[in-house]
Amino acid sequence: MTFASRLTSGLAATAIAALMAGAAGANTLRMADSTDIAAMDPHSMTESNTIGFLNHVYEGLVRYNQDLEVEPALATSWEFVEPTRLRFKLREGVNFHNGNPFTADDVVASLERAAHETSPVKSNIPGMKSIEKVDEYTVDLVLSGPDPIVLNYLTNILILDQEWMAEHDALLPADMRGGRENYAVANSNGTGPFMLESRQPDARTVLTVNEDWWDEPEHNLTRIEFSPIGSDATRIAALLSGELDFITPAPLQDVGRIERADGASVIVAPALRTIMLGMNHTDKLHNSNLTDKNPLQDVRVRQALWRAIDMELIRKKIMRDMSRNTALLVAPPVPGYSEELDVLPPADAEAAKALLSEAGYGDGFEVGFDCPSSRYVNDEEICQAITAMWARIGVDAQLTSQTPSKHFEKVLAGGADIFMVGWATLPMLDSYSVLSALLHTKGDRMGAWNPGGYSNPELDALTDKVAVELDVEKRNAMMSEALKIARDEVAMIPLHQQPLAWAVRDGVNIPITADNKPRLWYATIE
Amino acid sequence: MVAFVIRRLLQSVLVMLAVALIAFTMFRFIGDPVNSMLPENATAEDRQTLRENLGLDQPVTVQFTRFVSGVAKGEFGISYRNKRPVAEMIAERLPATLELVLAAAVFALLLGVPIGIYTALHPKGVLSNILNIGSLIGISVPTFVTGILLILIFSVWLNWLPSFGRGETVQIGWWSTGFLTVSGLKSLILPAIMLGLFQVTLIMRLVRAEMMEVLRSDFVRFAKARGLTNRAVNFGHALGNTLMPVITIVGLQLGSMIAFAIITETVFQWPGMGLLFIQAVSFADIPVMSAYLVLVALVFVAINMIVDLLYFAIDPRLSVRA
Repeated sequence: MTFASRLTSGLAATAIAALMAGAAGANTLRMADSTDIAAMDPHSMTESNTIGFLNHVYEGLVRYNQDLEVEPALATSWEFVEPTRLRFKLREGVNFHNGNPFTADDVVASLERAAHETSPVKSNIPGMKSIEKVDEYTVDLVLSGPDPIVLNYLTNILILDQEWMAEHDALLPADMRGGRENYAVANSNGTGPFMLESRQPDARTVLTVNEDWWDEPEHNLTRIEFSPIGSDATRIAALLSGELDFITPAPLQDVGRIERADGASVIVAPALRTIMLGMNHTDKLHNSNLTDKNPLQDVRVRQALWRAIDMELIRKKIMRDMSRNTALLVAPPVPGYSEELDVLPPADAEAAKALLSEAGYGDGFEVGFDCPSSRYVNDEEICQAITAMWARIGVDAQLTSQTPSKHFEKVLAGGADIFMVGWATLPMLDSYSVLSALLHTKGDRMGAWNPGGYSNPELDALTDKVAVELDVEKRNAMMSEALKIARDEVAMIPLHQQPLAWAVRDGVNIPITADNKPRLWYATIE
Repeated sequence: MVAFVIRRLLQSVLVMLAVALIAFTMFRFIGDPVNSMLPENATAEDRQTLRENLGLDQPVTVQFTRFVSGVAKGEFGISYRNKRPVAEMIAERLPATLELVLAAAVFALLLGVPIGIYTALHPKGVLSNILNIGSLIGISVPTFVTGILLILIFSVWLNWLPSFGRGETVQIGWWSTGFLTVSGLKSLILPAIMLGLFQVTLIMRLVRAEMMEVLRSDFVRFAKARGLTNRAVNFGHALGNTLMPVITIVGLQLGSMIAFAIITETVFQWPGMGLLFIQAVSFADIPVMSAYLVLVALVFVAINMIVDLLYFAIDPRLSVRA
């Protein structure tokens, strides 16, 4: 071979390689989130950003679509053969990424793993008693009682391959006591639209398209490169410099800047997460000049505190017109929400003052106010604004802002008088989440997030009925009624649904969903 | 000599134990890891079970003893967030941090020493004054501002260099290096400048002060009197005497650069140990935090010990006391 011919063939090979790289690169989506995914094992944690990402690799029996409605995924149909026995028909002809066929054994092994005693996700499938194989493509989920929202829970319980887990000794979830790593933490084998190609924690996780996916793809991606970027400024810079196609979240204060830049835009939607203030309903305040009584026990005082907060001003000045003020503790897409109940009277400091005098606290009082920093969108700024608004009616709120882990430790231990908390109702996407966790009287399984000790027998009774009612209409009506009680009694003060903002480069289309989980199997790149 | 080394080693072990104990008592104030490990709808019962499984319900002294005995056996436990062995996670991140620190140190020396020499030799020159003022700015601007500015200029406006990450890396055994790929080297430039900038000004001022001191000394004057060229006097005689303290300081600074890499790593999403630590703090991931703090303490103790031993070798008076 002469030098010239070697040169030509070498050049040709380079050109072909470049062309192929170009073709592969054309549909690569490079994305960044503020935190890295925690692990590849869907049963090792319950962080919603991780579960959302893993949903590209693994799938559940059912899934949420773009409108957050439950639709078939690995199961094609289901029916209650008994009130506590839910029978699933499984999809046939589905293969895991390693080629193993998907069968009933995989469902049984995965659900048993998720609900195992040491599993961190077992609270995400609370009603499960057992899972039984009926035949190769039929399973029965046996529940401990009637459970109207079991399908919602199942969207979050992803299915792993039984043979693969057995082969790698990963049939049980990661056990923190054993000191041994679970194989599934760093490796994956799902049925989803994308397959794991490589993963370097904190640097890059690469997925490639699964050509063999059972569903008709609506996306046109061939590859997803995920990088975590914790610093907001860097994440935005990387989008604007063209190193990324998609970032979550886009910080509110930078939305204008991204919109003004060439080649990028922001997608905003109201999120499911409702921000609210919980209160101490016990006999004594922790941080007050009043030692013998708790003014927060008086509904007029709670109303006064609510009326004094000018949410319109907060929406305009702090949330840059992107939040949605609310009078209910759940967002509109959540079953149980009722538009007619969601009426927020305008803020009125005079009316609030009058209510306070009527309750006998015309001179005001001191009260502790606890706020997380950087857990929710602009949380500290909101708390500062509220503190100032309360000062106008004579209520002297002692604001404490601290890191989320400190904040929630204090709140859950019952050490706060008034505290901020946000609730997205995920994964169940149902008002029952708010009713059972935040409003129900504290007990072993209920009221885990009701440290203020709010208790209303009527609301408790409704909640207990909602838990087992299978008729959707009746159930929604009961949930609305319970939420109305909470609103009229001001069990908690609802503030707003915080906005959700993502940013994309031009030509990238990704439907935004209120649960803040990008579903890239609907994404396209032009 | 042997007695001195043994005494130093024992002291180091005590220092490490003290650091670990202080770190452990501090963890009580960063919040409850159980809250971040379980879903919002977990019941009080679930929380309690997990707390018991992790041993968090036991007194701090018991937890501390268990941690120390684990470390003695080389076990740092499993990360609460990532569910992976902490030792493995740190080993993965260590090369990234060390390569960044090395690059920053080389950058600082390559820039700091020549500028220092120049400003010492031309104390009244216009360029020297500009460099001196520039170094003041370098010392007073917070490093994260420098980092963001570098990203804005070189990534967003000029589009020359990547704004985040480490680029492609090559695996050599367990060590992952970014020195061998183009994207790895390009990714290294901005973080190394950000981390090294403060050191540049420090080294430059140190070299300048030391060199001016040496230039005034008798032996330099005699060298000049002997009719040696300026070049031979400045670089052959003066510079060598200048560099001794500089090397000591740079060695000691390596430790603090490893510790301060946290900020650089956060700004540039550099996948090193500092980034790991920051994430661990926000999650209250106690095994990762304790391992990191112990490791950083180890680096400082080791560097100090090496310096002590060097002094010991240089200064015979120390052996009398030992």
